[in-house]
Amino acid sequence: MFTTARRTIALSAAALAAILALGACASTDASTDASGGGKTVTLSLIAYSTPQAAYEKLIKAFQQTPAGKNVKFTQSYGASGDQSRAVASGLPADYVAFSLETDMTRLVDAGIVAPTWNTDEHKGMITNSVVSLVTRKGNPKNIKTFADLAKPGVDVITPNPFSSGSARWNIMAAYGSQLKEGKTEAEATAYLSKMLHNVSVQDDSGRAALQTFTGGKGDVLISYENEAIFAQQNGQDIDYVVPDDTLLIENPAAVTKTSKHPKQAKAFLDFVRSDAGQKIFAQNGYRPVSKTADTAGQNFPVPSGLFTIQDLGGWDAVATKFFDPDKGVVTKIERDLGVSVEK
Amino acid sequence: MADVTAPVAVPRRGVSDAVRRAGIRWGLRLIALAYLTLLLLIPVVLVLWKTFQNGLGPIADSLSSAQTVHAFQITIVVAFYSVLANTIFGVGASLLLVRHEFRGKRVLNALIDLPLAVSPVVVGLALVLVYGRLTGVGKALASVGINVIFSIPGMVLATTFVCIPLVVRSVAPVLEEIGDDQEQAAATLGAGPVETFLRITLPTIRSALAYGVVLALARSLGEYGAVAVVSGRLVGRTQTVTLLVQERYQNFDQTTAYTCAVLLVLMAVLALLVSRLLRPRELST
Amino acid sequence: MSTATTTTGAGPGLLPGARPAPPATPSRRRPLHGKGTALGLGFVVTFLSVIVLIPLGAVVWHSQDQGLSGFWHAITTPEATSTLRLTIGASVIVALVNLVMGTMIAWVLVRDRLPGRAVFDTLIDLPFALPTIVAGLALLTVYGPNSPLHLNFAYARSGVVVALLFVTLPFVVRTVQPVLLELDREMEQAAASLGARPATIFRRIILPNIVPAMAAGTALAFARAMSEFGSTVLISGNLPFKTQVASVHIYNQLESDNVTGAAAVSTILLLVSLVVLVGLDVLQRWAARRG
Repeated sequence: MFTTARRTIALSAAALAAILALGACASTDASTDASGGGKTVTLSLIAYSTPQAAYEKLIKAFQQTPAGKNVKFTQSYGASGDQSRAVASGLPADYVAFSLETDMTRLVDAGIVAPTWNTDEHKGMITNSVVSLVTRKGNPKNIKTFADLAKPGVDVITPNPFSSGSARWNIMAAYGSQLKEGKTEAEATAYLSKMLHNVSVQDDSGRAALQTFTGGKGDVLISYENEAIFAQQNGQDIDYVVPDDTLLIENPAAVTKTSKHPKQAKAFLDFVRSDAGQKIFAQNGYRPVSKTADTAGQNFPVPSGLFTIQDLGGWDAVATKFFDPDKGVVTKIERDLGVSVEK
Repeated sequence: MADVTAPVAVPRRGVSDAVRRAGIRWGLRLIALAYLTLLLLIPVVLVLWKTFQNGLGPIADSLSSAQTVHAFQITIVVAFYSVLANTIFGVGASLLLVRHEFRGKRVLNALIDLPLAVSPVVVGLALVLVYGRLTGVGKALASVGINVIFSIPGMVLATTFVCIPLVVRSVAPVLEEIGDDQEQAAATLGAGPVETFLRITLPTIRSALAYGVVLALARSLGEYGAVAVVSGRLVGRTQTVTLLVQERYQNFDQTTAYTCAVLLVLMAVLALLVSRLLRPRELST
Repeated sequence: MSTATTTTGAGPGLLPGARPAPPATPSRRRPLHGKGTALGLGFVVTFLSVIVLIPLGAVVWHSQDQGLSGFWHAITTPEATSTLRLTIGASVIVALVNLVMGTMIAWVLVRDRLPGRAVFDTLIDLPFALPTIVAGLALLTVYGPNSPLHLNFAYARSGVVVALLFVTLPFVVRTVQPVLLELDREMEQAAASLGARPATIFRRIILPNIVPAMAAGTALAFARAMSEFGSTVLISGNLPFKTQVASVHIYNQLESDNVTGAAAVSTILLLVSLVVLVGLDVLQRWAARRG
């Protein structure tokens, strides 16, 4: 038994030494090395998850420019709401990018982003997209507009709008499309009820919904055009339709007030807004906000009935009217559907 | 059947008894193994199949990326400290609960299990509320250079949180079962509490402790939700393997996701095999 | 090891004519209470406070940010009651299944000389080590619409139960297994040589000794099932009022910046778990006293 004890101690000591050595490795700076000499600055980039591929390329391209020569980045990607809440509770950030404006407003209210963040020509937005309908290859169910989603027998996939703020683009696009076609608010609400009745899975994020769809479930997925392009670029066998009446998605980004390197952070934001940066976004499926950006090779059809969230009252009003946990329009619809389901 | 004429009654067992015994044995085997096969074996085999589906090349690629290597480093460090903390706590709490009397014992007993019932989202919320960088405690710690939330210590806290009952609940029932006769004997022979613990208690709970530690290790390796909130998801800094798996899967890189998951599983299996070697020969295996 | 068991174990009623059991050894039931107790208690309570109690306390504190009426409102919305019902109901079912199956599996792994049982033994801990998304995906593939076994539990409440059974599998098995390994076989062998049937031996000799471990494992399984998030979302379809669990509802509250609502529902989950945990403890003591 003595030798067993010795063996145990020896093994534990060896394991301990190995762990501590690992710990030393893990805590050293893991970000990519910037070229050249001079003082290096590390910027903290906190973004939502879908533009990760784009930002990885943007960072590399930025580091080739004179302004980005000695700039390193730590990157963090996650659900837009999660990231926003993390920054609001103290996650150090120099550059933040979210899926929708309310996640940025949260940081303005917390005093982390200046209220003037959206006073530039693009109102603080750096990319656009449109809500689109993703179908199986060849569109076997012949889905062309949002109205088709309310037809019986159509299996719709869209994420839960209460789990994911980004999912609200989808719902508002569906609702707004009916208004655009001349329906009244009551009729549009009735349509939403029928459409939501057809939803068979409500994932907690847009990307998860995309993967539910590519995994074989559902006839049509309400998603963003950039997500559809991303899926196709990753070999997924899908088609997508940009309906004539659909919602313009606008994604904000800003530099934080609490940034320790505001000059470099602003330089990165300027690069993202520049033609070079916007071109990288275009190559990753996002519509540039800059009119002069090069979108060669990408197909970005302009829908004839494109409308914006401003047309529907702006995010603050929409969040209250449609997604209030007690009195929202969508809340009521889900409850009515639930009552009928629970019976 | 049994012809009882001897002073001590020993009924002869008939064939039907043996058949019944065999029936019970096979019945139990069948049900238990069927359950395990359906619920555990088939899903695990599926994961393995999906991992090796495209051959070994993509696996080697995914494992050699710097991001993957860092994720494993971070996971191992966090798991190590969490398991260490829980082992010390687990043994101490087991001894306290089984061998000592005090007021509030039932409450403490229930409180130890409570961490498991906390949703991972709430674990993160709770830790951020108390140790976040904008709270009093968080700021005080930061001023002496200790960053808790969005850094490794916070992740260790979150991982420890979700594993708290695991070692206790493996060791305590065995302590209860074994009884403290030997410890009492040692005390009467003049052994101090530490010596009694090291020479008598510890060897007898070694087997159960090994089970508890391996379980805590497995949970520490595989924890996602609570660590996700508390980590800040900083790639290369606070991204554990579970976070990496999530991110890679979301970016349609299934190979890396499944490969990393399988590696985590292998680490848990390895820990179990190592614990087997360190244990004394079991009585009944 | 320990000799005669005390209040538990075979009493004189096992077989007619059998010798009465030797008197209970009092030493087993004399717990310590001294300096060691205070020190140990201090350490344990401090550890628990720093890691668990204070953070949870902060959450419970925030649940009454809007007063009792706010708390009540948060837990009585249709979404809250629906998810709480589903979560608690599924957790109870899962705990009971684990109680039976976990003990059975532990038994087969320890007592049976089945070849290949080592393979299963190593697999038991895997549900812990597997990241939730991979676990969820595997379960969805095996028990979803494309199931090779033609067993489809996806997008229904049974899917939630399947996912929870998966993640709670190790609990009862790993708490009962060590106790079974330490069990003194002499009593069983004595009873068997006296002609007792296996069922009687199990009920009168083995069961009382493993009931504490079974209760402990079941409590853990219940608690864990209450809090599971990731793997259930994938296989259940996460439909509001149908297959959405309480953890998702809490997350939704946070997403709407409703920390009070999230804290309130979390507090209810904690309270229910506490009640069940204490209840199991009481039940286990009562069963032990009855022998």
